[in-house]
Amino acid sequence: MMLLCRSASFSSPARCISNEDQEPEYDTGDLDSDDGEEIFTGTSNKPFVSTPPETDPSSDIFSEEGSYTVQKHTAPKTNGVQSDEELDLFAEATVELTLTAPNSRGRKEIIGPTEPLSTTVNTHGKLHVANTSNKPSEEVEEEESGDTFELNIAVTNPEKMGDGMNAYMTYKVSTQTTLPAFRSKTFSVRRRFSDFLGLYEKLSVKYNLMGCIIPPPPQKSVVGMTKVKVGKEDPSSAEFVEKRRAALERYLQRVVSHPALLQDSDVQEFLEREELPRAVNTQALSGSGFLKMINKASDAVNKMTIKMNESDNWFESKLQEVENEEQLLRRLHASVDSLVNHRKELCSNTAMFAKSVAMLGSSEENSALSRALSQLAEVEDKLEQLHQEQAFSDFFTLTELLADYLRLLGAVRGCFEQRMKAWQRWQEAQSTLQKKREAEAKLLWSNKPDKLQQAKEDITEWEAKVGQCERDFERISSTLRKEVHRFEKEKCRDFKHHIVKYLESLLRSQHRLVKCWEAFLPEAKAIV
Amino acid sequence: MGSNEDSAQSVNGSSIKITDVTQDGDTLTFAITSQKSSSSAGVCVFRTYEDFEWLQQGLFSQEDVPGLQGVIFPPLPSKPLPSTSLSQAKALKQLGFLALGDEWMIYCKALELYLQQVAAHTTLSKSKALYSFLNSSESPGKQCGKKGILNRLSQAMEEMRKEGHKDVDEFFQSERDSSTNLSALFKLSTEKFLDVVLNKQRLALACGHFSTSLHLCVNQDNPTAVAFSKICLKLSDIIEAVKINYEKVSDNDISTLGLGLDLESRYQEAKREMLFRRTCKLVELETANRNSERAKPNKKAIMEGVQKATQKEFDIISSVAKQEIEHYHRDRVSLLRDFLICWCEKQLSTARESSALLSQHLDACKKFAV
Repeated sequence: MMLLCRSASFSSPARCISNEDQEPEYDTGDLDSDDGEEIFTGTSNKPFVSTPPETDPSSDIFSEEGSYTVQKHTAPKTNGVQSDEELDLFAEATVELTLTAPNSRGRKEIIGPTEPLSTTVNTHGKLHVANTSNKPSEEVEEEESGDTFELNIAVTNPEKMGDGMNAYMTYKVSTQTTLPAFRSKTFSVRRRFSDFLGLYEKLSVKYNLMGCIIPPPPQKSVVGMTKVKVGKEDPSSAEFVEKRRAALERYLQRVVSHPALLQDSDVQEFLEREELPRAVNTQALSGSGFLKMINKASDAVNKMTIKMNESDNWFESKLQEVENEEQLLRRLHASVDSLVNHRKELCSNTAMFAKSVAMLGSSEENSALSRALSQLAEVEDKLEQLHQEQAFSDFFTLTELLADYLRLLGAVRGCFEQRMKAWQRWQEAQSTLQKKREAEAKLLWSNKPDKLQQAKEDITEWEAKVGQCERDFERISSTLRKEVHRFEKEKCRDFKHHIVKYLESLLRSQHRLVKCWEAFLPEAKAIV
Repeated sequence: MGSNEDSAQSVNGSSIKITDVTQDGDTLTFAITSQKSSSSAGVCVFRTYEDFEWLQQGLFSQEDVPGLQGVIFPPLPSKPLPSTSLSQAKALKQLGFLALGDEWMIYCKALELYLQQVAAHTTLSKSKALYSFLNSSESPGKQCGKKGILNRLSQAMEEMRKEGHKDVDEFFQSERDSSTNLSALFKLSTEKFLDVVLNKQRLALACGHFSTSLHLCVNQDNPTAVAFSKICLKLSDIIEAVKINYEKVSDNDISTLGLGLDLESRYQEAKREMLFRRTCKLVELETANRNSERAKPNKKAIMEGVQKATQKEFDIISSVAKQEIEHYHRDRVSLLRDFLICWCEKQLSTARESSALLSQHLDACKKFAV
């Protein structure tokens, strides 16, 4: 089966794939291009890199807008607010879906009864895979009409299992995909929070040394979870669960939007396998633990005795950029947080005002005035609801976006530090090699043939190690560069998408507000 | 002045306007223009708050107005506290909504309404004090004012128990009950509305901070950074629009419903005070009746005289009060109606404007190439 890359939902036209563009990083000999299955299955230590180093990224087909789209579409009502409409989890799949294997039946399987807190958010993760070997052009044309692979993920239906302090929440992870790597087109599993953390741990162990930017998982929260465990059915624990559910969903969406991770067997297992072994050692990955990890790495780097000789200024200036941006986002996050709090306050103040006006309305003797006041109380109630929804929108659209990116930037910084460590290892290997050579030279003079043999073997061994370190360093550098590039583009898209979403929610609010006032005006005029 | 005092031309109530206010240190001076109903010639005078207090005292202390105690006096707003010397919180506590708004505009509006209400009152409009106030070039407040028979100092503790004194007239008893009830409710609603409005102002401020922070996200290093900067600036514009919207919404709140609720609250109080005065008179009458009954023969005639006089006063007061209450009910409903309509119309128009602006932003955003 042939695999094809292609631009998707953005308006940029699909480019005609010509043979010259295909320059995959890895040896095509590793993969049998006739059997598409193998591309996806099996662990591979090599990252799936999208752009061959020599090509100018902008002309490369992979860096087209469509390639790594992760779109989030919300239903008209925002997260956390009960939607009256029965919504298809994947309702806003683009046209692409219908072009591929018939999915309508599959889609319906996903639609379960939506519980109040279930998501109405869906996503697209599109994978566009390189044509791994040169193909004659007529075959290429054939491929263009067919195979676009998709993967949509939704996290829904939080359920509390167990009792008391041993209780935990599980979430339904539903996948809808056309990728052949998976056993079926639509499937779902139940996962708990520690499973997500376990996945992150596995991925970071595998990919950290590659320079890949691994999306960090949502934060642990002892306070939040304790409330849920204790069984308090109050709005704040409901809010907490919804916040976590949405965060887990975004986490998975980011994971699958990364082309290398999508192919990873651990990721696929996570999505597909019925029962996962309990993940342990996830203590380190609480929110503060994660940051500690990153900061420990930077401390180690700062203590480096050999100052890194940066042959390429790009890395130095880019790291500075990342650090600046982190600071900026932190400030923005604090701003939006305060905005959300003010809105919540406005909610409760509006509710109190509405109540006091209702009391007025019922005590007022003039009947028209009384009715108008009662109407006013209702208007204010509606306003309260609007404020509430707007607060949620602020929160989920903006605050969480900023929080996510703060963590992501931390991960990016971590990658830079990994690269510096790789450089350090290389330097250390070189210095060890040097020492071995000096030892050999000494032995040559002192004429101890048996030790000399050992020394020569050492030198060979360390020459190989130096070579390996150098290759590792080169590889991590080039991967990191591409990853950063990919990340920045993704960030742009993500932010733009969220701003549009935010604007749409603002606009909806305003429309409803207009309707409220329009309804009230005749009541006011009717007072005599 | 002469026997033609009565024909001193009455002022056209609706022509009274406060056209300007200047602040000198802690003192505010108001420019008041008015016209007589018979001519189009206008008069402009400058008055301070002391002058207004003088006017109010003057109205209270009019002699030879029968049943004056039955009049519901238009309420004078509390003394303005220029915020240079005091914190905003204190000003809010004292003045409520009247402390808000730009440049004392709301406060001036409240004073204006006060003067208009005095001028519209059949009895009060004839007072000399009003005439002096509106026309005299000298500031009347400088003159020593007579202490009014009616002192608006807060009720002493012993007076409080009179408040609950049972009435002889069902109409008045029910008016007193509903007044107490409604007065408390209106006061509560006004306070809650003030909380809402202040909250909206804080929200606008928070939006401003957020918008400013976004402006710092400018980075020209590479095309993607440029694109990201543009996105941030766009969001900044949007949040700025949200902020301006909230400012407008809260201004609308203050200048219409806020002012209306404040006025209504104060008018309720004025009505309660009138009813209280009448109740006090009732207590006085009942005391006089008892005295008259128990009086020793040598004092009996005097006591009966007092009793008759008090009865007469009470009856006049009651009849004036009844009229006043009817006017009050009619006027307040129409006042509230006007304020509610104005509020609704302003908010509707602001919401529509905001909708249109956000719509434009949305279109621009969607077209934004990333």
